[in-house]
Amino acid sequence: MRTPLAPPRSFQWSRRIFLTLLTGFVLVPVYVMVSSSLKPLADVTGTFRWLPTELTIRPYIDIWSTVPLARYFVNSLVVAGAATVCSVVIAVFSAYAVSRYDFRGKRVFTLTVLSTQMFPGILFLLPLFLIYVNIGNATGIALFGSRGGLILTYLTFSLPFSIWMLIGYFDSVPRDLDEAALVDGCGPLGALFRVVVPAAVPGIIAVAVYAFMTAWGEVLFASVMTNDTTRTLAVGLQGYSTLNDVYWNQIMAASLVVSVPVVAGFLLLQRYLVAGLTAGAVK
Amino acid sequence: MTTTVEAGTPPVGKSPSGSARGARHRTGRIHRVGLPYLLLLPALLLELLVHLVPMVIGIVMSFKELTHFYIRDWGAAPWSALANYEVSVDFDAPVGEALLHSFLVTVAFTLLSVGLCWLIGTAAAVFMQDTFRGRGLLRALFLVPYALPVYAAVITWVFMFQHDNGLVNHVLHDQLGLTDKRSFWLIGDNSFIALLTVSVWKGWPFAFLIVMAGLQNIPRELYEAAALDGAGVWQQIRRITLPFLRPVNQVLVLVLFLWTFNDFNTPFVLFGRTAPEAADLISVHIYQASFVTWNFGTGSAMSVLLLLFLLLVTGGYLRLTSRGRRAAP
Repeated sequence: MRTPLAPPRSFQWSRRIFLTLLTGFVLVPVYVMVSSSLKPLADVTGTFRWLPTELTIRPYIDIWSTVPLARYFVNSLVVAGAATVCSVVIAVFSAYAVSRYDFRGKRVFTLTVLSTQMFPGILFLLPLFLIYVNIGNATGIALFGSRGGLILTYLTFSLPFSIWMLIGYFDSVPRDLDEAALVDGCGPLGALFRVVVPAAVPGIIAVAVYAFMTAWGEVLFASVMTNDTTRTLAVGLQGYSTLNDVYWNQIMAASLVVSVPVVAGFLLLQRYLVAGLTAGAVK
Repeated sequence: MTTTVEAGTPPVGKSPSGSARGARHRTGRIHRVGLPYLLLLPALLLELLVHLVPMVIGIVMSFKELTHFYIRDWGAAPWSALANYEVSVDFDAPVGEALLHSFLVTVAFTLLSVGLCWLIGTAAAVFMQDTFRGRGLLRALFLVPYALPVYAAVITWVFMFQHDNGLVNHVLHDQLGLTDKRSFWLIGDNSFIALLTVSVWKGWPFAFLIVMAGLQNIPRELYEAAALDGAGVWQQIRRITLPFLRPVNQVLVLVLFLWTFNDFNTPFVLFGRTAPEAADLISVHIYQASFVTWNFGTGSAMSVLLLLFLLLVTGGYLRLTSRGRRAAP
């Protein structure tokens, strides 16, 4: 409905061709994942077939016994869930401070936090490993190899982007609202939780989705900082291919199973993500 | 809810109502001075612990001769002055030569990947600016690659790139007959194309998402006015849409650049611990230099050089684009 006139044919045809090709590009791997997860092993070891010779749900049963997938799943849920909650709460506090107060070092803070985004993970992987081991030796708090250490690490990964996005979002909530709350006798934290946070729910949901996805998909730190009991899905999934046989049907089934929660959640909440980005980050 | 708020409020605010005015005044001052720092404290501590202190340690390590002999007690490793840096940038010797090669591969890969991601994402967002039947469904579908966990997406591509039982060879060789024989995609020169394909497949929806959000801030009246003046759709895109997206693009391209340049997950899942030479991205290269050969000092020096490069590029980029932006309107 951009123009009163219908767009010209050249535009309509370009759009049709472009979007069709793009849909194909996006869909093919998704199709391979879904269809292969329903194939018997023979179908995935021989030449690729578009259609399975027979449909079977065997892979979905076998994935749980080939590797301890359930344990990895729980680990990932705990780690990503806790990292998300902490990250969002901390980001809300920080963004509120930056958005509503003038204080010395404000610019330095936002710049420093944002610049951590550009650090190559590889630069602080080993030092962080050493810090965690040393904290463990000194205080007995096991960070290395534990879920706690991973939660701590992951929540800082999503923090910079979350803070940045929430600052933009909080800035778009009219100041009059929280000033009215302050006049009514709320403290600054009251104003934050009763006025600003409720008005910024889409932005907060967007940030939560981002934080969860970041933690759920991380591979590098998970592969160094976990052991057999704390292993997350990102590392655990590789267990299917280090065996003598590569069970591609099981790998695809497991990939699908671990993807469904995030993809479903993301698609349900993407509306908020777009709204959050529109009001916050891209403004 | 109420109790949390009460508990979170500093005690001064709860003083008896008799001196409420004075108390409120004092609270206000305390809040103005102390509260912002208090609110920032958790983020600050965590950033210090996980990012800043490790970075400083990493820089210190780069000046040490930190091989596997000293890994148990790295403080005891001897200082090596600039030796690690000299090894890293001695482009005639094997280590430096390999690093330079990896750097160039990463630059080429990043430019191509960011360019394609931006182009596809922007085109898709602009084409989907008007409502049409099935738009919502298409939008959800397009976001799937971004929503998928990296390892699940990349492992599917690994399967598709298999030599004997993969889809890519089946289509290119068996069905279309485009290649004489089945190609290897995950080793040799083709691995660069494989890596680029996966990276673009995974990355373009992010550009799409951001541009889509940016488009919503363009006032509709502008298009209506342009249409009344007789501007066609293509002209509207060139004259209104793209200029309006400039500030969004400034950040988007930078973020894409940094993520792609530092990307570890995609090549690591695609190729494993040792990437083929043609797709030897710098993150995996440094990982290998550190963890496979157990030479952490040199690995750290390489990371520091990488960080310096990224700082330089980011700084230059921001200066350049901000100046252009100020001049534009």
